[in-house]
Amino acid sequence: MKIYEQDLSAATAVTDKAPIGYVHSIETFGSVDGPGIRYVAFLQGCRMRCQFCHNPDTWNIGTGDEVTADEMLADAKRYRAFWGTQGGITTSGGEALLQIDFILDLFKKAKADGITTCLDTCGQPFTRKQPWFGKFEELMKYTDISMVDIKQINPREHKRLTGWSNENIFDMLDYMLEHDKHVWIRHVLVPQRTDYDYELIQIGNYIKTIAPIVDKVEILPYHTMGVPKYEELGIKYPLDGIEPPTTLRVKNAERLLHTSDYTNYKKFPNY
Amino acid sequence: MKELKTETTQNYWDGFNAGDWQGEIDVRDFIQQNLTQYDGDESFLEGPTEATTTLNNKVIALKQKEREAGGVLDADTKVPATLTSHKAGYIEKDLEKIVGLQTDKPLKRAFMPYGGIRMAEDALEAYGYKPDPEMHKIFSEWRKTHNQGVFDVYTPDMRKARHYKIVTGLPDAYGRGRIIPDLPRVALYGIDRLIEDKMADGANLGDGEMTDSVLRLREQVSEQIRALTNMKEMAASYGYDISRPAANAQEAVQWLYFGYLAAIKTQNGAAMSVGRIDAFMDIFIQRDLDKGLISEKDAQELIDQFVMKLRLVRFIRTPDYNDLFSGDPIWATLSMAGVGMDGRHHVSKTSFRVLKTLENMGAAPEPNITLLWDKRLPDGFKRYASEVSIDSSTIQYENDELLRDQWGTDYYGIACCVSAQPVADGVQFFGARANLAKAVLYAINGGVDELAGAQVGPNAEPITSDYIDYDEFMRKFSVQTDWLADVYVNALNAIHYMHDKYDYEAEELALKNTRLDYTFATGISGLSHAIDSISAIKYGHVKIIRNEDGIAVDFKADNDDYPRYGNNDDRADQIGKDLIKQFYNKMNTHHLYHNAKLSTSVLTITSNVVYGKNTGTTPNGRQAGEPFSPGANPAYGAEKNGALASLMSTAKLPYKYATDGISNTFGVTPRTLGNDVEGQKDTLVNMVDGYMENKGMHLNINVFNRDTLRDAQAHPEKYPTLTVRVSGYCVYFADLTKEQQDDVISRTYFEAM
Repeated sequence: MKIYEQDLSAATAVTDKAPIGYVHSIETFGSVDGPGIRYVAFLQGCRMRCQFCHNPDTWNIGTGDEVTADEMLADAKRYRAFWGTQGGITTSGGEALLQIDFILDLFKKAKADGITTCLDTCGQPFTRKQPWFGKFEELMKYTDISMVDIKQINPREHKRLTGWSNENIFDMLDYMLEHDKHVWIRHVLVPQRTDYDYELIQIGNYIKTIAPIVDKVEILPYHTMGVPKYEELGIKYPLDGIEPPTTLRVKNAERLLHTSDYTNYKKFPNY
Repeated sequence: MKELKTETTQNYWDGFNAGDWQGEIDVRDFIQQNLTQYDGDESFLEGPTEATTTLNNKVIALKQKEREAGGVLDADTKVPATLTSHKAGYIEKDLEKIVGLQTDKPLKRAFMPYGGIRMAEDALEAYGYKPDPEMHKIFSEWRKTHNQGVFDVYTPDMRKARHYKIVTGLPDAYGRGRIIPDLPRVALYGIDRLIEDKMADGANLGDGEMTDSVLRLREQVSEQIRALTNMKEMAASYGYDISRPAANAQEAVQWLYFGYLAAIKTQNGAAMSVGRIDAFMDIFIQRDLDKGLISEKDAQELIDQFVMKLRLVRFIRTPDYNDLFSGDPIWATLSMAGVGMDGRHHVSKTSFRVLKTLENMGAAPEPNITLLWDKRLPDGFKRYASEVSIDSSTIQYENDELLRDQWGTDYYGIACCVSAQPVADGVQFFGARANLAKAVLYAINGGVDELAGAQVGPNAEPITSDYIDYDEFMRKFSVQTDWLADVYVNALNAIHYMHDKYDYEAEELALKNTRLDYTFATGISGLSHAIDSISAIKYGHVKIIRNEDGIAVDFKADNDDYPRYGNNDDRADQIGKDLIKQFYNKMNTHHLYHNAKLSTSVLTITSNVVYGKNTGTTPNGRQAGEPFSPGANPAYGAEKNGALASLMSTAKLPYKYATDGISNTFGVTPRTLGNDVEGQKDTLVNMVDGYMENKGMHLNINVFNRDTLRDAQAHPEKYPTLTVRVSGYCVYFADLTKEQQDDVISRTYFEAM
């Protein structure tokens, strides 16, 4: 999949120093990746190895189509008429924060153009170490909304599920709470992995502690649409035999996470 | 006497705002002066009355019987249909607020031989009926038909183009349709006033100088006056006197329906549109509501029962025809909403009431509900329409601003599936479509048909090299399309001349102005495959694989990553724009019957399956016999950047040439639109707004999962009312042929992972 390959002479008049983004693919009609209809850039590369990942083809770091922020923005803006008051651009992945220089450049320019920005991240790269943290703080200035997964509440289980601990993810959410940066919290519901009541209750309780910044809480039922990709890539599918959750379990999780309490998303971007 | 009559008319018009419409026939002005806009939501709507539900259950049972009987429940075999050929028919007389059937029984199909006796007979025989031999004698020996007229004049070239299917679906044996009668005239003025006006028009036509065109029009006006007189007789058989204007809402809807009934009793046109009547009916309904004569429940009952009648319209057609236009469509297209030239929107409570029929009586493919969309439509209506779309996939959307600007009036309707037409004074000559994907192959094979091996197009030098050189191809393509444009347009000249002569639509044209603007509609099929094939030749370095006769039967692109239409990539999209413009200009060099203005379209209805079946492997990798993508949709599998990139490609096609319509059939899964219903509605509204803002012309919206369709194919009994929108109309999924069901299933459904 190639990003827009046309005459971008206006856009390409940038310095050679512009950070390069590595793109896996573009979805022009993203309506489940943030508020409204959004142009979603799936960036290439992720360090997590979530067992339920449906995009294993986005794992490799350093491959993908190379673009600058100007090029991507020029492409995205062609869809502006579809965005209404809420829509805009989303960077997803892969893990978008692995390419923080690129998304910082992109979001800064998008905001200058009056476009809403949404960061879809699992938070894994988050650290308070410099120089990364400085960039992150800068990025937050240009981010209207973030979508953060809470994959597991228990750090040890989180490591088992994804290969990484979740402590820095909660640290990132603390930072966001402190700086009033709004988020959508999402939880992928996987039977036998992330669908135990006692854990769901814990997640629900945790979300309450950061309620002022939580615009929306979503349960994403695990699905098996990613399986063919594993076959294609010759990777063993880690959740072989696990079926998507029943509607009943989804409703149960919504109840335990109190999803209906979080309705601020309707006001976005004018709170 | 004259004064007395004026006074009576005044009583019928009591309570309406005055305007030019009183002095002359001008429905638009009446609407302008009396429109009641509605900005609220759907909460005022009422469910069906008991009578409606009882009638509707009967209709559903009858339709079930019809399906079980193999598609036709009953058919007339010996009485040629006229306005008065059948006695009054009812579903259940005492319960019907709106009456009138095409024949004496519901779903009984009329015998309509004027288009062509053989077609009428074949249709009857296909369903096991025996046509009356007397009729055969009359319509082959004594009374010439349209079909015979056309074949008397067709040239050998035209017959060849038709036979080898580079041109398909020509209305040379069936009614051309696509005329929107200005039905509100019947209700607002009554028939006597309309006759008076036609007589005044006719009296001095041509001023005694009998040229061909004066003779034709004088004869036509006389036929129109006769038709109007017969309409009165038809209505009288149901106990109504439509010589005078309608006195109340029930009469207004009934009068208007009689106007429509006149059309469908006498013409089996390819499309029998209803026009744009929501604002008009609403004015009469609102007057009665204001006077306290009726309740909202009564108002809804009138609309429900009117729509129920539109769901009963039937024509008997041949299996060939059904292959082209599957599912028994008649295109009772009902256009609604829109914005006026003065900027006021035309959404009334009746626009909502019409949508509500889908809930009150269940989803159904007819009438073909068409929303004239403008960003300025009120939010409540946009959201309600989106909800109905998500629930039933029965609505199509057209770009009101684009159409209004093109046609110069806000009183236009949709004449067929997607083509606009000014209601008062516009008429379209419908003309099927030419196959541009096949023309690509003719260019490569020197005019030899790739499937039949016969010389059909000009005997030009074929491409003889292994790889196709783009410049050489374009030169040869131009030679073949010059020929195609010539033979196609002139076949249509023959068809419309003969249609006027032997199957003139007096009943419909009686309800329009005497002086009319004609458009000459042509069409293009296989556009996406032609674009991608040319792009492959230009950017992909295409190698030809030939059979032993030297005919190109397969292709291989060295670089398979060439630009494809449907990705918002100008390199491919520009090819599409050029193709339309060039083919239009080639056709426009020819004489056009009745000095009509040329228009073309990129819409195929379900005929994309048949066109594909008759076309060999194309250089974009589409295999021989595989269906084309429908209308202006990108080729299946070509879209790589998601739904909006695909829509943007279609939106770029130039409407100013394709004023007959550019159809996009959009499929999406509910989950892709959003995780909850409110979000899904927002997404649809924004999507349609965005498409229209980018000058997209038409959008069919289907919301469902492919799994649902697969299940419906295996277990049709579980989904009796599952409707899908195909290019420009709506069908019960169960009524499609197996091939067409497969095609609908294999279409692109944009899906979020």
